[in-house]
Amino acid sequence: MTIFKNELKFSRTALLIWSLSIGLLIAACVFMYPSMKSEMDDVNKLFSSMGSFSAAFGMDKLNFGTLIGFYAVEGGSILGIGGAFFAAVTAINALMKEERNRTAEFLMTHPVSRARVITEKLLVVSTQITILNIIALILTIASVFLIGETMAWKELLLINLSFYLMQIEIAGICFGISAFITKAGAGIGIGLAAVMYMLNILSNISNDAKALKYITAFGYTDGSTIINKGGLEMQYLLVGMVFCVIGIVVAYIKYTKKDLRS
Amino acid sequence: MNTVEIKKLTKNYGKARGITELDLVVKEGDIFGFIGPNGAGKSTTIRTLLGLIAPTSGDAKVLGHDIRTETTKILAETGYLPSEINFYSGMKVKDVLRYSADIRRKKCDEKAMKLVKRLDLDLNKKVDDLSLGNRKKVGIITALQHSPRLLILDEPTSGLDPLMQREFFEILKEENENGTTVFLSSHVLSEVQTHCKTAAFIRDGRVLMHDEVSKLEAAGTKKVYIKIAPSSEDGALDALNQLKGISDIEKGRNTLSFIYQGDASLLIGELARYKLMDVSITEPSLEDIFMRFYEGGEGK
Repeated sequence: MTIFKNELKFSRTALLIWSLSIGLLIAACVFMYPSMKSEMDDVNKLFSSMGSFSAAFGMDKLNFGTLIGFYAVEGGSILGIGGAFFAAVTAINALMKEERNRTAEFLMTHPVSRARVITEKLLVVSTQITILNIIALILTIASVFLIGETMAWKELLLINLSFYLMQIEIAGICFGISAFITKAGAGIGIGLAAVMYMLNILSNISNDAKALKYITAFGYTDGSTIINKGGLEMQYLLVGMVFCVIGIVVAYIKYTKKDLRS
Repeated sequence: MNTVEIKKLTKNYGKARGITELDLVVKEGDIFGFIGPNGAGKSTTIRTLLGLIAPTSGDAKVLGHDIRTETTKILAETGYLPSEINFYSGMKVKDVLRYSADIRRKKCDEKAMKLVKRLDLDLNKKVDDLSLGNRKKVGIITALQHSPRLLILDEPTSGLDPLMQREFFEILKEENENGTTVFLSSHVLSEVQTHCKTAAFIRDGRVLMHDEVSKLEAAGTKKVYIKIAPSSEDGALDALNQLKGISDIEKGRNTLSFIYQGDASLLIGELARYKLMDVSITEPSLEDIFMRFYEGGEGK
């Protein structure tokens, strides 16, 4: 586990910055809730009258008068988008950076199989995503306690779980891409995450585009659906996990046979 | 025993040239010089042996292990210094040495410290702040600290000052005396001539010549330089052009130099017909042989 420990050690500052940024932004949103609570009836009316714009973000089915309804849109968006970008950038850099930074020759001339390198790097990515989500969750829970409001904890945990799984899915796909490229990693990763986010918005606006929910990793992260159904939409989640596994398998197949650039 | 055994190894890069049906044997205990210009295929050969790139066809064994299926075993007993070495940004020199040893699961502190002292390296410096020469020194230590059976060095002296080069070759000699086989890729002929026991020339992805350095230097070949009286100059040039075994004739003002491979008495007999003001017949240096191969000699 030498590679795992080393990578985790040298990425800890970046991980801490991402985690605190996302966690503190969510906390800031939660802190805003008490002062906005009294105006939420008007906000609900406003959002329900905005047609497809409300539908795009799932706001037509949410009650902003409750903290969980407010969190599902505000806090959830921060963890969803921020976490997706973090997962994409981290995973797409994982294998690629060895060739981009010209360290592949150093690492791969040590007695470690390519498969072991891939496995340890995969563990690093998933550990980083897990740490980020734990820090974000701790800061969210702490902020809820600080404002003294009641929270639907089960729904909050389900929303966070959906975002965590979405990040894992995006990471798996980006990990597969990472095995093929030697540059432009972050751009591709962020682009992929952004496209998936937009596809989810499209699928929320139009019933004809509902099938897009099978493609986008955000398909099972709609806070409104999770709150109303009390669970994740498994059909989208299962397809997403299949994409994730395909990404990882592709990474193993490609990277174990790849000619490494000097 | 052969430490490196390559049979008809080919690596194609599409349009770019790699190596073509390359045959090569490096014996255990050798200090082998792999000579060739940039792009000849030296690094491709090395990178194929180390499993960084996959061969298109052919076979090779390093330390008795197959390069396709037993790369990890090869790497466990090999130390490698690439021509351009890069480390992880943010690491200090001591972090790199420790990381390398940890991946190998070996305790190398004692040997590493000795090498650090000999190569005059600051352990607490960040690798990002190191000069090319100092980065090379870190690479040399990571290649040597685990006492490998085979050392593969790709252009090892670039960036090292002359004093450090001398220390480096002293270290190599000691490692070799302790049983390490050295595979040294270089285009600096003098260092191959001085430090290697055997050498091979590579051009366009093929080995042109492979022998003991002393034999490559001699091989019955002489470098001849004559200073000739102006009246004899044209006649001598025509006659020498006819003589079998003469090549690489260079004409100067009243001077001729050429490479001769053949019966010495025939050459002396021919030269005796002209009025010579000076003559020198010497062993050609590896450089002469090298230039002969790469600039229109028999290698073409």
